[in-house]
Amino acid sequence: MQVRLSHPSRTVEVKGPKKAKDLLRELNLVVEAHLVIKGDDLVTEDEMLYEGDQIEIRPVISGGSPRFTSHVPPFTSPQ
Amino acid sequence: MTCTKCKTKAVIGLPRHNAAFCKGCFNGFIHDQVARAIKSEWMFGKEAKILVAVSGGKDSLALWDILLKLGYKADALYVNLGIGTYSEESHAKVTQFAETVAAPHGATLHIHTVEQEAGAGIKELAQLIHRPTCSTCGTIKRYQFNRVAIEQQYDVMATGHNLDDEAARLLGNVLHWQEEYLEKQGPSLPASVAGFSKKVKPLFRLAERELAAYAVLNRIDYIVEECPMAKGSKMIQYKEVLNRLETESPGTKQTFYWGFLEKQSRKQPTATTMSEKDRAVLHPCTSCSQPTTAEVCSYCKMMARAKTVAPH
Ligand code: SF4
Ligand SMILES: [Zn+2]
Ligand SMILES: [Zn+2]
Repeated sequence: MQVRLSHPSRTVEVKGPKKAKDLLRELNLVVEAHLVIKGDDLVTEDEMLYEGDQIEIRPVISGGSPRFTSHVPPFTSPQ
Repeated sequence: MTCTKCKTKAVIGLPRHNAAFCKGCFNGFIHDQVARAIKSEWMFGKEAKILVAVSGGKDSLALWDILLKLGYKADALYVNLGIGTYSEESHAKVTQFAETVAAPHGATLHIHTVEQEAGAGIKELAQLIHRPTCSTCGTIKRYQFNRVAIEQQYDVMATGHNLDDEAARLLGNVLHWQEEYLEKQGPSLPASVAGFSKKVKPLFRLAERELAAYAVLNRIDYIVEECPMAKGSKMIQYKEVLNRLETESPGTKQTFYWGFLEKQSRKQPTATTMSEKDRAVLHPCTSCSQPTTAEVCSYCKMMARAKTVAPH
């Protein structure tokens, strides 16, 4: 199955069937920092993914969106 | 996995709450958590005029969406930093969200473009005045949000800081023993003096992963790409460490940050002591009249420098 990854954006081929959490483990990715999306739908870690599925693994960590504080230490409050 | 509440198929598991939810129940959970945050920290009332700081990322757009759905009057401000395609793309996502989701709720989007005022994007500006890009960026964003909030008479300013942001920031400040910053790390900062807007973080109970899931489930089109200046930042490193711990022991992040808040609240009525301290040292900038500890505020100083060295 085709797995789309970000940062940098790329696509890798992984053999199915496989549980979402095993796919993450295989790619050395932490569950808490990623979402697994099958087609257009979010799936849980125990979801079985099959050959032919379109999978996206989306990182959820952001450290640089302009959210109004400086992203360098010391991490001052917005004031 | 099945939904803890309604037993249909779950779309997300939440180990830190020992729960899993379907889309409907998950949206309910997110809205509840934000409503709880607003109430428990006395952030604002039903009639308040709120200004949301939006970046085009998942957190701030989700925040705007949630506040509107909870029935609040929330407008937003976007600051275009002029960082190449990153700014172009995030700008487009924000405008699209404003037109399709916010406008039907009667909400407005304000836009400030750094290039228009300073004659250059944030990177060039920082080079010109010999300061790191991120600190220049911080000064500009803080200044512009406060300016718009005060000028357009918003009661409160809301930012999309989530549990991960706050836990990572706390970790950074504790590792470096930046004690003086700890007392300003609460989710609700009062308007300490006239000219300073009240600031709140209604997402402090929600993890970054939950907000990304909310955006995906509700088809909020946000910018997944990072600001190029953030690559390898300390903030990201701290978040990665915390997420590794969280995966092993669910609940680590909330225990760390909420535990800190609880300790702070028992220590002293921070709100009053903090604003008293601020009041003692702050007075209006002689150039723009926003509050500052110096005679001329750091924003005005920065702009003045940029103008003297800028090639015309
Ligand atoms: S990482 Fe980007 S958005 Fe964040 S402070 Fe630096 S320049 Fe600004
Ligand atoms: Zn349900
Ligand atoms: Zn000034």
